[in-house]
Amino acid sequence: MNNGIAIRAEQLTKRFGEFTAVDGISFEVKKGEIFGFLGANGAGKTTAMRMLCGLSLPTSGKATVAGFDVYKENEQIKRNIGYMSQKFSLYEDLTIKENIRFYAGIYGKSDSFIKTKTAMLLQHLHLEGEANKLVKSLPLGWKQKLAFSVAIFHEPEIVFLDEPTGGVDPVTRREFWSMIYKAAESGITVFVTTHYMDEAEYCNRVSIMVDGRIDALDTPEQLKKTFGAQSMDEVFLKLARKAVRSAD
Amino acid sequence: MKAGNYIPGNGGVTVNNIVKKYGAKKETIQALRGVSFEVNRGELFGIIGPDGAGKTSLFRILTTLLLPDGGSAAVDGLDVVKDFKEIRKRVGYMPGRFSLYQDLTVAENLEFFATIFNTSIEENYELVKDIYSQIEPFKDRRAGKLSGGMKQKLALSCALIHRPSVLFLDEPTTGVDAVSRKEFWDMLGRLKMQGITILVSTPYMDEASLCDRVALIQNGEILAINTPQGVIDSFDKTLLAVKSRRMLPLLEDLKAFEGAEDAYPFGEYHHVVLRPGITDTHAMSYLSQKGYEDVQVQLITPNIEDCFMARMAKIY
Repeated sequence: MNNGIAIRAEQLTKRFGEFTAVDGISFEVKKGEIFGFLGANGAGKTTAMRMLCGLSLPTSGKATVAGFDVYKENEQIKRNIGYMSQKFSLYEDLTIKENIRFYAGIYGKSDSFIKTKTAMLLQHLHLEGEANKLVKSLPLGWKQKLAFSVAIFHEPEIVFLDEPTGGVDPVTRREFWSMIYKAAESGITVFVTTHYMDEAEYCNRVSIMVDGRIDALDTPEQLKKTFGAQSMDEVFLKLARKAVRSAD
Repeated sequence: MKAGNYIPGNGGVTVNNIVKKYGAKKETIQALRGVSFEVNRGELFGIIGPDGAGKTSLFRILTTLLLPDGGSAAVDGLDVVKDFKEIRKRVGYMPGRFSLYQDLTVAENLEFFATIFNTSIEENYELVKDIYSQIEPFKDRRAGKLSGGMKQKLALSCALIHRPSVLFLDEPTTGVDAVSRKEFWDMLGRLKMQGITILVSTPYMDEASLCDRVALIQNGEILAINTPQGVIDSFDKTLLAVKSRRMLPLLEDLKAFEGAEDAYPFGEYHHVVLRPGITDTHAMSYLSQKGYEDVQVQLITPNIEDCFMARMAKIY
């Protein structure tokens, strides 16, 4: 990867007919960084994320993810990233072991890699005894922690997390974040969206999208200084209230 | 109070030791493990807890859509099992998942709900005006084509159009951004003024402060019922907010601190619950021993999330 940059976007734009969902956003995410991608509903976060994950072609602008071009190399992008969201994570009717095998298989990992790493993962999550249980029998918090482990099982360069902690209890939410920190320490770049403003504080840097543009991008501390705010919640409200266009 | 002794039309909600189980004998899941509480007429009552705590089961029992396996409950003075038909006329229910007719327009949906309750939009327009007027410019748009925020407003209007005595809102703000959440709670505050009893569930702990009283619920059990201030006042430990330039090692060191009962990240700070007899001075000297020079330590008042975690810790 070039110069330790995991994601680079330059004037990245997506239009649907007359509507500009993402309006020329430019930013860089460093390797191993935890990057918070915030914005109100309808600000364009999902569209931007879909372009970065190689799932949707931009209308104009440039972007590379893990060194690959979003226009020409989207297959390589998909192979080198992990993705997890609250809405889409694991197959409820497969067991824990089967889910791991399934995802690792999709990424073309060898049987021996899968075997060794599955054992490590189960031990790490204290799920050895539950390996053959259906995922639907797990409490939500466990599901989310497992889903995250599965999303980074193939050791991607970047993991995209779309509201990973929605509805999760406050203790598990913090355990989840300590997993994010560990992943970042091991060199995985984390790109995360959340509606919990306290979680914005856990990011190295945060961008805030308003009406398709990135209106602010900095460390949480600097953002609070710039906007004369006590908390990230206040920063977010100050920016998002300016939004003209309505949600979704 | 036993089932059957309720006073019809009291506008309140009484829940007595409600139990709900799912699944076959071998793998039974206890969704509700004997939940009890009372809500008064005109109260804005919050059920605060994470996903899987039992909030939806409770709401479905109170709206007569699900039978309890034990205990009794009354809504507006009517028994949820025996008087289900009458209750259905008197409650408004906004489920967590958008459940309106996607192929009907905004106006048609509202008209439909008014008609099945033998009323008309005109008759109760005053009640929904504040909310419905925001989506009225789009009244000819199909519900399926609305944005998330507009769907939510339409769903609330439809739940209100028959002027219910009790309104049940199941996680109305989940997945909704911070700005829209604040607007939604402002709307609830105005509805409350109209004398409607409101039960609202949410996984967002910060919304607790907007309720008259809250029940904290986890794993099918109620951890506490009180006013938001009462929950905070009952936190009987010393709580510190600690910050330094190196937050990650700081958390490890705080967790290892013998004077700390618990330490966890909380936004830009770490919160530390101190053991009895331990003061902020002890914590300061521990941290300076550990070589933190830039550390900030301050005594703070807990918020609902701190209280929730402290009560979770007591049980598990």
